Order: sequence, then C-alpha cells, then structure tokens
Amino acid sequence: MTELKRKLKTLPRRAIMASLVPLAVVALLLPSSVQAADPIKIGVIGEASAVAGASITKAAQMAADDINAHGGVNGRQIQVVIYDDHSSAADAVRAFQRAVSEDKVVAVVGSYISEVALAIEPWAGRLKMPYITPGAASNDISKGVHDDYAHLKYTFDGWLTSAFIAQSICDFDADTLVKDLHMKSTVVMSEDAAWTTPLDARFLECLPKAGLKVLDHIRFNPDTTDFTPIFNKIEGEHPDVITTGISHVGVQPTVQWHDQHVPIPMAGQSSQATTSTFWKDTNGAALGVITATAAAPGVALTPTTIPFTLAYQKRFGASPAYCGYSTYDEIHIIADAIKRAGSTDPDKIVAEMEKANYVGTIGRIQFYGPDSQFTHAIKYGPGLVTGVDIQWQNGKQVTVWPHQYANGKLTFPATLKLPAAK
Amino acid sequence: MTALQILIDGFAISSLYALAAVGFTLIFGVSGVLNLAHGGIMVVAALLGWWAAGQLGLGIYGGTLVGILAGVATAYLTYFVVVRPIQRSRAIPSEETAIFVLTGTLLFGIMIQEALAYLFSDNPVTMRPLIGGVMNIFGVRTPKNELMIAVICWIVIGLLWLLVNRTRAGKSMLAASMNPRGLTLLGFELSRIYLLVWTIYGTLAGIAGVLLASFLGVSSANAGQLTASAFSIVVMGGLGSVSGSLVAAYVVGYLETLTAYLIAPTLRPIPALILLVLIVYLRPQGLLGRR
Repeated sequence: MTELKRKLKTLPRRAIMASLVPLAVVALLLPSSVQAADPIKIGVIGEASAVAGASITKAAQMAADDINAHGGVNGRQIQVVIYDDHSSAADAVRAFQRAVSEDKVVAVVGSYISEVALAIEPWAGRLKMPYITPGAASNDISKGVHDDYAHLKYTFDGWLTSAFIAQSICDFDADTLVKDLHMKSTVVMSEDAAWTTPLDARFLECLPKAGLKVLDHIRFNPDTTDFTPIFNKIEGEHPDVITTGISHVGVQPTVQWHDQHVPIPMAGQSSQATTSTFWKDTNGAALGVITATAAAPGVALTPTTIPFTLAYQKRFGASPAYCGYSTYDEIHIIADAIKRAGSTDPDKIVAEMEKANYVGTIGRIQFYGPDSQFTHAIKYGPGLVTGVDIQWQNGKQVTVWPHQYANGKLTFPATLKLPAAK
Repeated sequence: MTALQILIDGFAISSLYALAAVGFTLIFGVSGVLNLAHGGIMVVAALLGWWAAGQLGLGIYGGTLVGILAGVATAYLTYFVVVRPIQRSRAIPSEETAIFVLTGTLLFGIMIQEALAYLFSDNPVTMRPLIGGVMNIFGVRTPKNELMIAVICWIVIGLLWLLVNRTRAGKSMLAASMNPRGLTLLGFELSRIYLLVWTIYGTLAGIAGVLLASFLGVSSANAGQLTASAFSIVVMGGLGSVSGSLVAAYVVGYLETLTAYLIAPTLRPIPALILLVLIVYLRPQGLLGRR
C-alpha cells in the first residue's frame, strides 16, 4: 500500500520531468531559429506628466504602430519601450542604461530638455547606443559630437539647435514684424537654461540685422512665479515687441502678461504655447501670443503633416507638442536606417542615419556632417526644416509664417499697442 | 512710481503668504502637528478648482467652492489617514510621535503631488480672475483681481480672528493650544477640537490654493515649494504664533518684492532665506514666538 502511494506520488513528477526535458531542449534551440521574428526594440524616454514629454512617448507609439502596420522592418516588428525620466538627468541616464543593458534596445529617442540630453550624450558614446533627442536645442549637443566625433557620434539632435531657432525667429521678425508692422525695437526675455544661452547669443546678433534694436536682455530663473517686476521693467523701456525664449515656463508669464494688460506683444519661442492645451491652461490669456514651433494643425508642411496631426488628435484628444512631430519622424528615420543597414549594429545604424534624407511631418530631415560645427543636428533652411510661427487667435493656433504655409494674418487684441497706434 | 508699485505688489503677495501660513501655524499651535503635506493640500484645491471651473463648466465661483471643499477633504484625509493613526499608535514611542507625523505628512505630500502630476500633468494652470480688468492707482496699472485677492485674504484672516477670540469653539481651541490636559479635565473632548482645527485649516489652505491659482498660477510641481515657503514664514514668525506668522509673511513678501524690483528677479527668494538663517541663529523662537 505504501509502495503504491509512493509510486503514485512519484509518477506525476516523472511524467512532468519527461515532458519538461524535451521542452527545455526545444527552448534552448529556439532563440536562434525564431530570432528573425523578434521585435526590434527602441527605447523612448519622456516625462509622462509633462505635456511635451508625453507627446514624445505617444508619438513614438504611433510611429511604431504605423511602421508595424506596413510590415515592420525587414520582417520584424518595432517595439517601443517607454521610460519616465521625470525630466531629471539622473533618472534619464538610469533609464538609458537600463534600456541598453536589460531591455536590449537598438536605439533610444528621448527628452526635450537640453540638460538631460547633454547628460545622456556621453553614455550614448560609452555604451555605443544610437541616441536622438527630439526636442533639446542646446548647440552644445551637436558641438560635442563635432569635437569628439569618434566617441560621441552616436548622438543626434533631432530638433533645430538654439542658434537656428533664434535665426528662424529673426527671419520671421524681419518678414513680418519689421516689414509689415514697422516695429523697431525689442527686449529679449529668456529663462536661464542650457538651451537659451546659445539662443540669446544668436538673438543679440540677428535681431539688429532683422531690424529690431535690442534695448535690454533679461534672463530670469525658471522657478519664477511672479513676473510682474520683469514686465514692469520691460514696459519702462518701451520696446515694440518682447522676444521670448521660454520653455520651462509659459502659462504663468502669459497669464500675468494678459491680466496686467502689458501693452507689448510677445513673439519668439514659447514652447508651452505650441501645445493645443495652452489656450485652456491659460483661460484664453494666450490671445495674440506668437511662437515658433515645428508644425501646426491644418498646415501641410509635407504630405504627412496633416494625416499625422489628425490621427494624433483622434487617438489622444489633443494635438502634439513640437517634439511630438519630431519624435514621430525620428522613429521612422531609425527604422529606415535599420532597414538600409540590414542590421541593428550601432555603427551601421549611425552611418545610415547620417545619410538620412527623410520627408517627415516637419519637413525634409537631413543631418549636418562631421565637418559642420553642428554635427548630427538637423539642417535648417528653406526646403529642409524651418519651423513655422503660429499666433493664438480665439482658441486656435493660426500659422502666420512662412508666408507659403500661412493660413491667417497677425491680429492683436486691443490691449496691445502696435507702433502705428502709438 | 516704482515705490508705489512695490508697495501694491508686495501687499498682494504678502497677504496671500499670510493666509497660506496662518493655517499651518494654527495647526501646530493647537495640536502640535507640523503638516508637511501643506503645499500638496493647497495644490489639490487649486487644481480641482481649476478643473471644476473650466472642464466641468461650473464657472469661477463654482470652481472656487469645489476647490475649497477639496482643500477641506484633503485636510481630513491627511488627519484621518496619516496624522491620527500615528498619534494613536502604541508601536510608536510618544517622544517620537512628532517626528513620525513630520515624516508621514511629508510622504503623504509627495504622494499627493505625484497623483496630481499623473492626473493633471505638471503644467501650470490658472483660474480665471474673480474680477477682470485693471485699475490705475496713481499711475500704477494694477489688476483689480490682485487687490481683490488681498482684500479676501484679510477678510478671511479677520473672520478667523473673530472665530478664535469671540466664539466658544474658538476659545476652546485656544485653550487646547495652551493646556490640552486641563481642557480634558474640564470635560472637553480634544478629538472634536482637533477636528475643528483641521476643518478650519483645510478651509484656509483651500482658499489660499484657489486664490494662488487665480493670481500667479499653480502646478503640481509647486507643492514642495509652497510647503517650504509656509514653513519658513512660520519658523520666522515663531512656531505656533499666528500674529508672528502674519508679520513674517509681510517681511518675506516685501523682501522678495523689493529684491525682484530693485536688484534682480532671479535673486527674489535669497534675502528672505538669509534673514531666516539669521533669525534661527539669533532668535530661535522666531520674531514673536514664546518658546
């Protein structure tokens, strides 16, 4: 009896063992035979609770879904692995390391903050991992690649560098504010951050050339909550326009500018104003605000701009921030590079990305080569990427520049004084 | 002209600081609790007020009411979920209760902040002004809303003074801050007094949060900063001293405004922090503190 019990007990174990052994053998043999169908992983780093950061991860997921719906890359699906960095450089570097060592990604797209991108850049070099930032603008990112190409060539700046953002704004100013509205002077008002140092340097150089005398240059702490003293100082200097360089702040200065009836228009870069929720966040105080951005709803910079914007709005209920557009393009650029390289070898991907000539949602994207001081930053200029300038009018972003893409004209609320009316 | 501008702006911001700090100091004075979830509670009121006013379409007054109620509800939550269980726990030695409450509320504040960031993102939002437009005060263009906020702050502080000094409930609260044991011996139930003080505190923090959203704008990321600012004001004025907090709020508000106008907006918080360090060195009981 006890013998029988023992046998009954051991039988299932034997049976299990018997079935497990062949399974284990198959499992050991399997990886090499099914590897071709494994997904290609791309790491995506963005802060989920920031509007711009969430745009990065959402747009990346959309790009991957689109690529997969069209058969993937060389028969493999694209899988995005998302990390939240809370916009902290330390968290972003940890996410980057984890993406490489544990999740085995083949490339990383991440962060719109220059300080964070600059922290990831050396790690991309050390770990030999292609990395592209869809929104960080500091010139130092591409300058680093130029100065130490052998080590840092894995980093790409997928957004206009600060110098080109400033140039784009100066070009807009010359074409519209100076030519059409006869403005003659400005005060530069920028938050103190890595991306605005080169931005302001170029502003001070190109604004006078565009026809705007720079009366003052104010840099303020991004933690500022009360902007009254700043606007008060600017108003005392009587400029025709305030040239902004703001991204970490946006809602608060705009609302206070509106509530205090500051009579001077604001134009320049105001990154928070590029998102469609800005009107709601400011209760309409954004009326009249002008900002440079990547692309705008309803404006066909390329054949893919409008379909992407509509699909994004349908899926997520709001239009993408500027770095949403660039992220969508950059996932495609990485996928194309892998397709052309026929491999996920990092050096081969980098070599193919350098040859990119991709018509994305923001324009034709090419990267500057090792000889340029902006190595691996996207090229600026007509026929490539110029960005557009939008103005908030009655709850809508109206594109006002470049003229060939404009779907409206500049109009200002009555509280703002324009040169002719002064 | 600048002098008048500083006077007006400083008054508005100081009044708001005073309102935000007075509840914080009241709760310490009466129940000995340093509530480090303070900024989180203010931000809950601000964000829910904004959400109800705009997204739910209740308008500015409906939103304000929802914001204040949210402030009271979060204050209750802090008390019943964090503070009271720690105070009643037998596992925590009584001499360590204060430090546990401090840590508990700090963690609860962080949880509130993260939850709000998840629900509302960390983008700042602003409530519509209670009254729009600007008025000219001897050449200084001042938003009417700014003056209105200062007036509301003082009305609320005035009502609080009446409540504490002129009503039976207020007097028992005052007694609890002086001699809780004596009060229990007289047959008062301390837990009811604590509940009252948390209700008042939640209302004050709620009003301050909503007004802040309408004045400067608020994001979930501000929670820590708001706690720190209330804490500095209260330490400067003397822990538990309501009048000390009021004085300190004006000292900090005007020092900040003077710095922003006359030196540089970037250096705004620095002189007030230096003064705080000096006070901690030279007069650790604070400006009007007794202990």
